[in-house]
Amino acid sequence: MIRILLPLPIVLPLLAAGLSVVVGRHQRLQRALSVLTLTAVVAVAGRLLFVADTDGPAVVQLGGWVAPAGISLVGDRLSTLLLLVSSLVLLAVLLYAIGQGAADGRRTTVAVFHPCYLVLAAGIAMAFLTGDLFNLFVAFEVMLVASYVLITLDGGAEQVRAGMTYVVVSLVASALFVTAVGLVYAATGTVNMADAAVRLAELPDGVRLVLGLMLLVVFGIKAAIFPLFSWLPDSYPTAPSPVTAVFAGLLTKVGVYAIIRTQTLLFPGDGPTASVLLVLAVLTMVIGILGALVQDDLKRLLSFTIVGHIGYMLLGLGLYSVAGLAGAILYTVHHITVQTTLFLVAGLIERREGTSSMARSGGLQHVAPVLAVLYLVPALSLAGIPPLSGFLAKLGLIQAGTADGGVLALVGVGAAILTSLLTLYAVGKVWSSVFWGPVAPVIPDEDPTDAVEVGTARTPRLMLGAAAFAVAGGLAITVVAGPLYALTSRAAADLMAPASYVQAVLVPR
Amino acid sequence: MTGNLTLALTVGALYTAGTFLLLQRTLTRVVLGLGLLAHGANLLLLQAGGVAGSVPFVGKQDGPSGAGTADPLPQAMVLTAIVITFGVSAFLLALAYRSWVLTGEDDVQDDVEDRRVARRQDQP
Repeated sequence: MIRILLPLPIVLPLLAAGLSVVVGRHQRLQRALSVLTLTAVVAVAGRLLFVADTDGPAVVQLGGWVAPAGISLVGDRLSTLLLLVSSLVLLAVLLYAIGQGAADGRRTTVAVFHPCYLVLAAGIAMAFLTGDLFNLFVAFEVMLVASYVLITLDGGAEQVRAGMTYVVVSLVASALFVTAVGLVYAATGTVNMADAAVRLAELPDGVRLVLGLMLLVVFGIKAAIFPLFSWLPDSYPTAPSPVTAVFAGLLTKVGVYAIIRTQTLLFPGDGPTASVLLVLAVLTMVIGILGALVQDDLKRLLSFTIVGHIGYMLLGLGLYSVAGLAGAILYTVHHITVQTTLFLVAGLIERREGTSSMARSGGLQHVAPVLAVLYLVPALSLAGIPPLSGFLAKLGLIQAGTADGGVLALVGVGAAILTSLLTLYAVGKVWSSVFWGPVAPVIPDEDPTDAVEVGTARTPRLMLGAAAFAVAGGLAITVVAGPLYALTSRAAADLMAPASYVQAVLVPR
Repeated sequence: MTGNLTLALTVGALYTAGTFLLLQRTLTRVVLGLGLLAHGANLLLLQAGGVAGSVPFVGKQDGPSGAGTADPLPQAMVLTAIVITFGVSAFLLALAYRSWVLTGEDDVQDDVEDRRVARRQDQP
């Protein structure tokens, strides 16, 4: 049974993407196909998480080639948990995009949107499930190529400019990735991660360190950690808001997942790397959030908060303890949900006000009270106000940091608290300038020919419903926080003892 | 593991030229630079399979099976990587063309912060 289920999150969206191109002229059929596919993926991911949690890592050797010769798909607790959360988020954003497209009825990029979106979903699922370093590269490429198309979908001057930066930076990262894979293969003779974990342990420390840091740089670019983040706030805000929402929630987290996976499985406990991670975490948090404070554009501000909050996940990893990793995984789950929600709401605000400039908006709470609530809940969660999910995730990390007690860990905890405060300031600034104050006049649509309609009081129920669903998802994390934290702790314990992962892949059952 | 000096030097040269071109302002050069960089990476991956000239993996009649044969895995991986690079380069060229159509220039455009800094400098 598991042999059929495990590849489904990758195969289903890819098949549906092909079919979606075929039925491109029938928009309703396309929408139904996308919704059905992603719903099926959610169901499969839920089942996989259950299996991984009760029976240990589920492994499928593709094409019947036994590891390490073939490509293995591995669903352990961490990857299936993230897969489930991602597919839920993908579904919510899809509904939002459908609502937006259906309401606008503009000229249409929609025919291309659905296939690309499904390919993106397949790429993300593949990145989470693969147990092979080269296949991880392919997964990244599948995901990125879909994202290149989505980010430049409108084809306007601003999208092309930002898209260019995004594509070039991603390609440099890909070239580095191929280089790193080549070096790992030259050093160990394998790209199967479980097998490589065994063989890398026999290498001299210096060689391991170089390989580990190279992979850290590659995934660091994708995850937007400190010195490598500047492409993110530049490119994300230019895309239509559903696209930005899904990028913000998922693409950087796939990078974070890859960092967590490689640093715990392939290079466990390498001395200097943990300290490097802690320093990077502190810098990412503080510099990212400081960048957010000076922005006027709502989407740019939120993009900088992504960077700042990636630092929390690095902090958890850098602590390199079960509690730290459990906090990092919980933080990833929280951040995927909340950051996506914020971008969805930002899209609604922009639609209502006709602009995403905070200086030109105001008084939205009088005209759209529902929107105000939808913004406030995830915003406070992002800042870490109890009892919302952000508070619980930060609490986990801070407890892990103080339990560690090292100087760097304590500096990290300090930076985490400071970043939390500054985040509150940033989201509070948005609140006071967009929702409070006198009602600002709605700015008419500057470019009536592009795909997204703005400056209209018509908010489709489906968009509002999808955003509300995402907000509810964030609240649900609080409700199930106990069992969820227990689950992330078990996932973290698995990561700290990679032997079970290695055995599940290499020893045939 | 023995290596091939010529190939190693070629990889080095490709990386150097690729990096240099990547840092230019002209989009065409950036695209070419990325192409060179990707070629360098692919050659390096190919090198990881060992020296050239070993017998192929299939079709060998005599001798113990598998011994001394060329490693097919890096070749398969390089093929995949080449295909990916090809597709993405095509997309990048299309994007560069679109940028030229829209702006009439073949340069990388300033980003938002660049423009803000420039505006601030202009103010007395």
